[in-house]
Amino acid sequence: MTLALMLEQLLNGVQFGLMLFLMSAGLTLVFGVMGLINLAHGSLYMIGAFLCAAVAAATGNFWLGLIAGIAAAAAAGALIEIVVIRRLYARDHLDQVLATFALILILSEGVRMIFGPFPLYLNVPDVLRGTVRLGVVDYSLYRLALIGFGLAVALGLWALITKTRLGIRIRAGESDREMIAALGVNIRALYTIVFALGAALAGLAGALVGAIQSVQVGMGEPVLILAFVVIVIGGIGSIKGAMVGALLVGVIDTMGRFLLPRVFATFLDASQAMGVGAALASMLIYLLMALVLIFRPKGLFPAHG
Amino acid sequence: MADPVLSLEGLSKSFGALRATDQVSLTLLPGEIHALIGPNGAGKSTLMGLISGTLAPDAGSISLGGQDITALSMPQRARAGLGRSFQVSSLIAEYSALRNVLLALQAHDGHSFRFMRPVMRDKALIARAQAILARVGLAARASVEAGALSHGERRLLEIAMALALQPRCFLFDEPMAGLGAEGTARLVDFLRGLKSEAPILLVEHDMDAVFRLADRISVLVYGRIIATGNAAEIRTNSDVRAIYLGEEVAS
Amino acid sequence: MDSTLKEWLLNAVMVVALLLVPLWAWLANEPFIITLATRIAILALAGVGLNIALGLGGMVSFGHALYLGIGGYVAGIAAHHAFHGTTVLGLPGTNQMLPIWAIAMILSGAIAGVVGALSLRTSGIFFIMITLAFAQMGFFFALSWPAYGGEDGLPIFVRNQFPGLNTLRPWEFFLISYGVLLVALGLFALLRAARFGAALMAIRQNPDRVAALGITPFGVKLVAFVLSGMITGLAGALMADLTRFVSPAMMAWTMSGELIVIIILGGVGRLFGPVAGAAILVGFEVFFGGLTEHWKLWLGLVLLGVVLFARGGIIGLIAGRAHHG
Repeated sequence: MTLALMLEQLLNGVQFGLMLFLMSAGLTLVFGVMGLINLAHGSLYMIGAFLCAAVAAATGNFWLGLIAGIAAAAAAGALIEIVVIRRLYARDHLDQVLATFALILILSEGVRMIFGPFPLYLNVPDVLRGTVRLGVVDYSLYRLALIGFGLAVALGLWALITKTRLGIRIRAGESDREMIAALGVNIRALYTIVFALGAALAGLAGALVGAIQSVQVGMGEPVLILAFVVIVIGGIGSIKGAMVGALLVGVIDTMGRFLLPRVFATFLDASQAMGVGAALASMLIYLLMALVLIFRPKGLFPAHG
Repeated sequence: MADPVLSLEGLSKSFGALRATDQVSLTLLPGEIHALIGPNGAGKSTLMGLISGTLAPDAGSISLGGQDITALSMPQRARAGLGRSFQVSSLIAEYSALRNVLLALQAHDGHSFRFMRPVMRDKALIARAQAILARVGLAARASVEAGALSHGERRLLEIAMALALQPRCFLFDEPMAGLGAEGTARLVDFLRGLKSEAPILLVEHDMDAVFRLADRISVLVYGRIIATGNAAEIRTNSDVRAIYLGEEVAS
Repeated sequence: MDSTLKEWLLNAVMVVALLLVPLWAWLANEPFIITLATRIAILALAGVGLNIALGLGGMVSFGHALYLGIGGYVAGIAAHHAFHGTTVLGLPGTNQMLPIWAIAMILSGAIAGVVGALSLRTSGIFFIMITLAFAQMGFFFALSWPAYGGEDGLPIFVRNQFPGLNTLRPWEFFLISYGVLLVALGLFALLRAARFGAALMAIRQNPDRVAALGITPFGVKLVAFVLSGMITGLAGALMADLTRFVSPAMMAWTMSGELIVIIILGGVGRLFGPVAGAAILVGFEVFFGGLTEHWKLWLGLVLLGVVLFARGGIIGLIAGRAHHG
């Protein structure tokens, strides 16, 4: 086990964590402001990836694809909010779970009908091909760019929430819905905007990750569930919590998969060590979540009280 | 003097800079109705929360029948003998009035982990519940869902559920609210009879009812008890008059 | 007609139909129909389990596939060791359903106890996400643990045995599943009518009120959650024997979603809600699955319609809203 390999995995963990943050930020905002649990958030991630891959393939330009992916996810988000989601705000969580579960079925089959049953492939843009020398390790330039992208979006989101009028309204919406409605803020439009913003972030994550994974139906749900773990750890409704939780989950998951089989190999035979190590590594983040729940039932950064 | 059934010792609770309950000491003696009054925002709800166990005090202690219950949870306090009613009627909305009382009886008996015997075939239990409903005048409404009862009937059902617990003391939070003159008069008579079964700590806005009913009255202002005494003493207390009537107190 | 009577009649129709249709199929030599009916009975059984937690207790567990999978793996692993004549944890395998069921229920109950004790520290949306996450943990564990097939799953070469019956015959295996379902429905009905059910349903509606009466909601909910996991675990063991195969897919989050869908389509908290829901789901799959490969799109639309416009499920549509007496 070399230092270079360790460092590479650590960077992979950070990159994975930042992509999870893009997913979690939208999810936690939608819960914090509207009190809604949205299972279909993963479908928006999938829509972003598919549109990006399709447009990039048609035009030969990744960046056009990226824009198309974000725009499509945001548009789909706004449409879903107006047609279905806004009927669910006053409903209990069970109805929200079921309706958004139904949306997953509809959107997944819809994407399958349009794009066919086979995965799409999205190429890394030319300027971000190859590797870059970071001290002891040659690291994928594209993954490094994802880290930069993730940090930039996080910074932008922080500025949006703390510095702009929209951000003030979003924060007000988290603490007192009736009051901001009474103050004349158009709460329906605000909700649609917040939902579309979350969708755009999910679509961005899907499009960016699409270049390092295959783009296929069902790709959104594993990420969605990890995003749930992230916001349970971070505290529902907290952007800061989503950031910390996402990095924790990204790094622990990646490092666990890398290190645990090697640790077990020191006292088990190789094939057994791989199996046991991999099985335990896949459970690590859930164990982390259980620990957080035992000691901080409302997450690390509880947003409300 | 008999030992108090319920006693509060130096109870304090702050929310940030606000001292919602400030060094409150108070006793509830056997056979009495002790009313707690005070202007809005005086901290009555906080004090009720501290006694019933929804809030934890910053300092002080609560004992019930000589047992320190400060550290007990709300269900444990109920089992120790604290029978409370809620300020805003809090019932099992989809259950009939009868089933609400049956639930309280089953809680009192401590037998909720029974899996086989249907509640509605337990004739002895149902007879007890019907007797309690009859006491509060709800016998004819036994099969009506709690959510469909009138406001006044829901207040009475609250009382019936507290009765079913056969508590050491009652904690009634504004039982007269919204009852109307006739309903209030009936409830006043009822509570007067009830206090011999177990003493009542009564938070109530209806001053007329309070002064007719209460053996002792404590006045809570800004989280502190400024006076305790019988109706006549409270009526003539200058601090109380200052608070309620705005009479200037020579300083 | 009185709505309680209507529901009772509807239930009776379901009990009889679920027996008569496969009986006809047996006489007409249509084993596929018998297998479908068996699948309905087993899914309904899993739903009866979830209905205790979700329908009576209001605990929206989005991870009940975990218990289904645990039951399935108990059946699969026991049969695997019996087949190869090897031992597991020092014990021999078995191909007898009765001990398999017992172990499946004990193990899924124990895991439900741990998951419940942790998850019930929270409520609402947290509870949903945490139960989902714990099920994912089981899913990934099954996926990456190589001893029992990992991703490829574990076949059960010969269906496990039941005393006095030939489980290899579809009709006799159906009768076993049907019998277990009826017993579970009977237990559900008893539990709901008993003091435990009274406390549990009251906690769903107003936990603070119940706590003020002196009943600790946590304990009641945890026991309900464990019972719920046990019954769903039993269904998992039967499911594994039906398909003669277990794989991590049994623990997938979509399976948890389907179990909730079954209850909602039928009617939450209704005694026969899971039976109606399972019949609708399996019927939908067979009917629309034959017409279009995109049948899940239509399932999604129907489900969305039910959630937005028909919240009482099918039994609610026919028999009106539920009564608790």
